[in-house]
Amino acid sequence: MAARTAPVETKRTKRQRAILPYLYLLPAFLVMSVITFYPLIYQVILSFTNFETKHLMLGMSSPDLENVGLKNYVDIITGGLPVQNFEFFRVLVYNIWWAVSNVALHVPAGVVIAVLLNVRGLWFKKIYRAIYILPVVVPPLVVATVWRNIFDEQYGAMNQVLTAFVGLFGGDPVRIRWLFEYVPPISWLLPTGALPLAYYAMMIANFWLGWPFMTLVATGALQSIPSDLYEAAAIDGASNAQQFWRITVPLLRPAMVPAAVYGFTLSFNLFNFVYFMTGGGPARSTEILVTFAYDLVRNLRLYGVAAAFAVIIFFVALTVFLVTNRITRATESYAEA
Amino acid sequence: MTSAVQTSKKKNIFMRFLTMNTSGEASGRELPLWRQLLLQLLTLLIAAAVMFPIMYVITMSLSSVSTRPSSLELFPKEISLDAFKQVLDRPTANPVTFWELLKNSFLLSFGVGLAALLVAVTAAYAFSRFNFKLRQILMILVFIPLLMPAIGLMTPLFLMMNSFRIFDCGSGMIAIQPFLSCASTGKLLFNLRDSLLGVGIAMISGALPFAVWNLKGYLDTIPKELEEAAAIDGADSNQVFFRIVLPLAAPQLAVTFFLGFIGHWQEFAMPWLFLTKPESYTLAMTLYNMTGQYANAIPWNRFSAMAIIVAAPVAVIYIALQKQIVGGLTLGGVKG
Repeated sequence: MAARTAPVETKRTKRQRAILPYLYLLPAFLVMSVITFYPLIYQVILSFTNFETKHLMLGMSSPDLENVGLKNYVDIITGGLPVQNFEFFRVLVYNIWWAVSNVALHVPAGVVIAVLLNVRGLWFKKIYRAIYILPVVVPPLVVATVWRNIFDEQYGAMNQVLTAFVGLFGGDPVRIRWLFEYVPPISWLLPTGALPLAYYAMMIANFWLGWPFMTLVATGALQSIPSDLYEAAAIDGASNAQQFWRITVPLLRPAMVPAAVYGFTLSFNLFNFVYFMTGGGPARSTEILVTFAYDLVRNLRLYGVAAAFAVIIFFVALTVFLVTNRITRATESYAEA
Repeated sequence: MTSAVQTSKKKNIFMRFLTMNTSGEASGRELPLWRQLLLQLLTLLIAAAVMFPIMYVITMSLSSVSTRPSSLELFPKEISLDAFKQVLDRPTANPVTFWELLKNSFLLSFGVGLAALLVAVTAAYAFSRFNFKLRQILMILVFIPLLMPAIGLMTPLFLMMNSFRIFDCGSGMIAIQPFLSCASTGKLLFNLRDSLLGVGIAMISGALPFAVWNLKGYLDTIPKELEEAAAIDGADSNQVFFRIVLPLAAPQLAVTFFLGFIGHWQEFAMPWLFLTKPESYTLAMTLYNMTGQYANAIPWNRFSAMAIIVAAPVAVIYIALQKQIVGGLTLGGVKG
């Protein structure tokens, strides 16, 4: 008897068990289907229309809402938008360059400072550690507004510091228009257009914001490197520089690569910071993809174009993810090998 | 899946960073004095660079001078709370009090954080513990919106929220669009887009998949043995979830909530796009309004006081939860 009822029992519990995970998923997927998945689809539909402010009242049922096919996409890519100073590929290249140059500065600086703080017998380490962590703690939005004021042409601290410095040699007060000067300091740097002064100002501010996180990660990784490695190397006569390049750097790599990838993604979509510092100006020269997307919907109110642009951003983000994921995976196997 | 491994590895970095053995007693090698001094010079320079904007803002906020600074001051000459008082008294030119702004910011960050967490937790549990047919597909489905930068979904959300409106058609009739509309043009009573509720719903759209993904990573790190033991003792899946998994995950739920809170506290783009009425503005929006070319009338000491007020809750939460936050940050690395 027992042998005959048992399969029936398990069949029922099996069915229950098969349904159970879906019950657990139900609330989240119900909510997401309305406010996450539906908007994703709605976005694609919108991107084929000429939805503008005049359609806001009646929405998709507006009589003069037209299906314009791929026009929005073509306009974005070929510069056919009724928007000044916008070329898609210039913004894309600038956006990639912005993220790459940030990470390229933050990671080495973070590693070097972590190594510096890790030197045996350095005085006041705890105080330095507590201070160095501060930029991680302050919200980026506040950091951006404060730096915006620091770079103010008339009253900003940066020009005041430079004035004091130049004053030592009897120079005139410095009045650099950090965020608004359009003439680029170095005219040949990027193939798609020179970097404005505001880019360098933002690099300075974002450097202040960015390196401490890398130092945090690097310090953690440094602590896990066994000290006998260094002792053995020292016995074999390796110099400090050799120890750094042959032991520290390779052993930090598995920790720093994911951190760099994280930093890249973060910088690539750094909306609040860019929007608060320059708003993409002057003349859209520091615009990144997300700030332009925001401008399309908030100020220009070209909803159809904005939707198409967001779809393009999605594919850019997907590409970035696939590439960075590859890099992370590659270094993982490197670490295991 | 790899993210879970990363968390456990990096979880304590922040704590280790501050508390690790720094005496240097372990090795017999002493740092030569000239090198010590050189390194001190370097570390001091870095500390000065880090402190520069912080001292700049603190000094300005404690100053009673409401004209813009003509020379650089990095140490407070006076300790005056005038700027803070003025900000608390009348933060903007609009007829809105500081406490309303604070309430709006708090409601949004608290509400969105809590709602996302409550809805996400069971889904995260299902992904973490069950093996079912559609698991892979559904997980990818949750991941897709994570790839999209938060700005990317704003257009459809804006239009969706904007289409939900309540009209007073006159003669006691009320119409709720998009389900009903007035025969003639009515008076607009309520636009979901222009309300904190609408912004909150729109923010949950991004917060929810993130919370599911994040919590799944956390739940993966909780050992399954306890659950298996409970199952052997005859507990069904619901009992296991409510009696064992939830209590065990409570600290991490709290961390996820606070991480969300920090993020939503700084949310600017969505409210700035949706809200038009000054009484529903948030603190982040107010801070934005206090800088830039249209803010010539705002004294910088008041701006600095506001900056410190906006930064304070985030800094406090960070310092209180320092241990867990770096782990959470690297875990959330997929979202820009």
